Amino acid sequence: MPQVILQYMLYLAVLLGLAYPLGGYVARVMNGERCPLDRVASPVEHGICRVLSVDPDEEMDWKRYLVCVLAFSAVSLVVVMAILMCQGGLPGNPDHVGGMGAALAFNTAVSFVTNTNWQAYAGETALSWFSQAVGLTVQNFVTPAVAIGVLFALIRGFVRTDGEGLGNFWNDLIRSVLHVLLPLSLVMAVLLMAGGVVQGTGATRYVTLREPIAVDASGDVIANADIDEAAGTVSVDGVTVDDATIVTEEAVPQGLAASQVAIKQLGTNGGGYFGTNSAYPLENPTPFTNLLEVIAILLIPCALCFSFGICVGNKRQGWAMCAAMGVCLLVALAVIAVSEQCGTAALSQGGSVDLSWSGQAGGNMEGKEARFGIVSSSVWAAFTTAASNGSVNCMHDSLTPLGGMMCMLLIQLGEVVFGGAGCGLYGMLGFAILTVFIAGLMVGRTPEFLGKKVEPYEMRWSVLACLATPMAILVGSGIAALVPGVADSLTNSGAHGFSELLYAFSSAGGNNGSAFAGLSADTAFLDVSLGLVMLFARFLPMASVLAIGGSLSCKRKVAASAGTLRTDGPMFVFLLVFIVILIGALSFFPALSLGPIAEFLGVAA
Amino acid sequence: MQLIRSFVKVLPRALAALAVFTILLGVGYPAVVTLVGQVAFPYQANGSVMEVDGKSVGSELLAQWSSADGRMWGRVMDVDTTSFTDEEGAPALYAAPSNLSPTSDRYSELVAERVARLREADVEQGDAAIPVDLVTCSGSGIDPGISPAAAEYQVPRIVRATGLPTEKVEGIVSDCTSGRFLGVFGEPTVNVLKVNLALDEALGE
Repeated sequence: MPQVILQYMLYLAVLLGLAYPLGGYVARVMNGERCPLDRVASPVEHGICRVLSVDPDEEMDWKRYLVCVLAFSAVSLVVVMAILMCQGGLPGNPDHVGGMGAALAFNTAVSFVTNTNWQAYAGETALSWFSQAVGLTVQNFVTPAVAIGVLFALIRGFVRTDGEGLGNFWNDLIRSVLHVLLPLSLVMAVLLMAGGVVQGTGATRYVTLREPIAVDASGDVIANADIDEAAGTVSVDGVTVDDATIVTEEAVPQGLAASQVAIKQLGTNGGGYFGTNSAYPLENPTPFTNLLEVIAILLIPCALCFSFGICVGNKRQGWAMCAAMGVCLLVALAVIAVSEQCGTAALSQGGSVDLSWSGQAGGNMEGKEARFGIVSSSVWAAFTTAASNGSVNCMHDSLTPLGGMMCMLLIQLGEVVFGGAGCGLYGMLGFAILTVFIAGLMVGRTPEFLGKKVEPYEMRWSVLACLATPMAILVGSGIAALVPGVADSLTNSGAHGFSELLYAFSSAGGNNGSAFAGLSADTAFLDVSLGLVMLFARFLPMASVLAIGGSLSCKRKVAASAGTLRTDGPMFVFLLVFIVILIGALSFFPALSLGPIAEFLGVAA
Repeated sequence: MQLIRSFVKVLPRALAALAVFTILLGVGYPAVVTLVGQVAFPYQANGSVMEVDGKSVGSELLAQWSSADGRMWGRVMDVDTTSFTDEEGAPALYAAPSNLSPTSDRYSELVAERVARLREADVEQGDAAIPVDLVTCSGSGIDPGISPAAAEYQVPRIVRATGLPTEKVEGIVSDCTSGRFLGVFGEPTVNVLKVNLALDEALGE
């Protein structure tokens, strides 16, 4: 018991301990101040600016900034899609993987360009290392960089009063990649390799099995089989099995995993190099690599709260945003942890199975790795759905009903509980604007946030930003539930089957990317519809946030008066959490009661 | 209209930016990491494949199937022999997670079957509760480890089937156990493949 609690607390302590100093560093980088890595990075930075003929000091207004975001994303989408469809004829393909079909390539390209990393394929069999590195790893870097840029454009809107612009998109993109994402990834990739994550360009290795096995025609292992390897025959109790296949080798997939895993964790991307993501031992081999990977999920989103506080000249404001997110995270983590540790009746079999935590992790170990147990799996599940990361180290489809529901809910709150690198915080700032407005209505004062008056223009855009995710999820899953044939994609039936579908659209709408992986998501309808949901949920809030930033940057600061609602205290934190939960819970309660809640009550009854 | 015009005007620069980032992040970065990995950590970076007498006997990170009474059993494996075939076209072992909800009736039946099979094999344990790792499928489907409790549960059976002394088997198990990171993070596990290779060696097979 004390060990378990200590482990939870230390995960959180390590996160805060690393995120706080990083927050200060990121603020320096994005404000264009001198940075420790200038000696190495500055020449590269100037070189890139010269090649692109970008003047880093040129200011952009919000429309210009948005146009650059959209153009860069559109180009990325087309190029990634082309690489995926043509990979069969491209180099770096030792396993001779064929090109992807158009629908799946569209889905995958959208997914990586929107920082979602929803995967309707398994990386080890569907992609060459060329596609993974040149196509996907690049997007893993630039998509968080784009969102960090948009966040700082909004922050400049709060800080500036002259309306001269929101910064330079290209400069923001280049600086966040060169000073933040690339150095962190390099360090992490090396540590991951030391821990056992693969990194090579060779083809899949095949090793001889200690104990050969025989499988029947449907691929199931034949129990008690006598295998005669020399003759190639299989018999059970003296009777020869005709359609048996003898398997004497095991596949050990290779690839450029460590380099991609580092940035997929740091950049809240989450797209696994291998199909089972960070549950897979070659992608996350030990408790040490797991610590690195799980902290990396929330490191940058959490650090940005502190950067925000520094940039707006009120560190308490940064702590307030972090606290509001932290409260939601802690509650969700507690529910997941307790629910998974208790397990289910189907598992305990009336006491025949030991679910206690003596000599083992105990609890619901279905879909979980022995080396991670309940604690490290629950922490990951909470972190990855709070952040819009979406990588997994346990299978969410096999979580208990309440554990799975908390994961879904964290996504459905709009990915603002830390959320994606950059986009989580700007989403939360949208909610903060909504909160000061509602609080202002209650006391009959003009709402202000960080010294700027919040007026109908800002309100309209922030409502759009806050509602984009729920709209996309509910409309998408509603339509999908009506389309004939979609039900064939489900692994589980009944309430849990509906949860698989709802989770998929939540994951796409929250730009998260994790899955109840029992859903066979590679059908033309799901590929395209989930792709459209991802695009909508990424770019509508982005546009809204930039519009708000543009409008705020033209407003002068009003002095705080006795009637000003303080936005850096516990009262505001409470109100903010309340509004976030109000919108999330009201939007999703009906859908959740058809899925996980129905399943939970069905078990309890 | 004006927005569309400026969008089109930005496209060439966007394409150039993507090209620059592709060279830097899609080629340069993975190349540097690969170089470091192949020079500094060749064993880990190539799949942690163990060798005995110059012959590769499996990756220490990937589970293999084991079903003999005299050997350690691992997590439940949903075997997949269609995803990978070697150079000669022979199917190779791989595995997948179940993705089943741990509340369904179907799942309950599966667990009941697994319990019955273990009860039959591990008669020494009588009606003792079975460690949960032995009746569940893992997250990767190919989990190389089990909890110390799950290993301990199987020791009497292995002793009976192999004739090795209990202390010898327990010694092998503890040699193949890795602890938590810094004594705190993760869970201690017993590497099933390593135990079985050590048992093979002890029995001279």
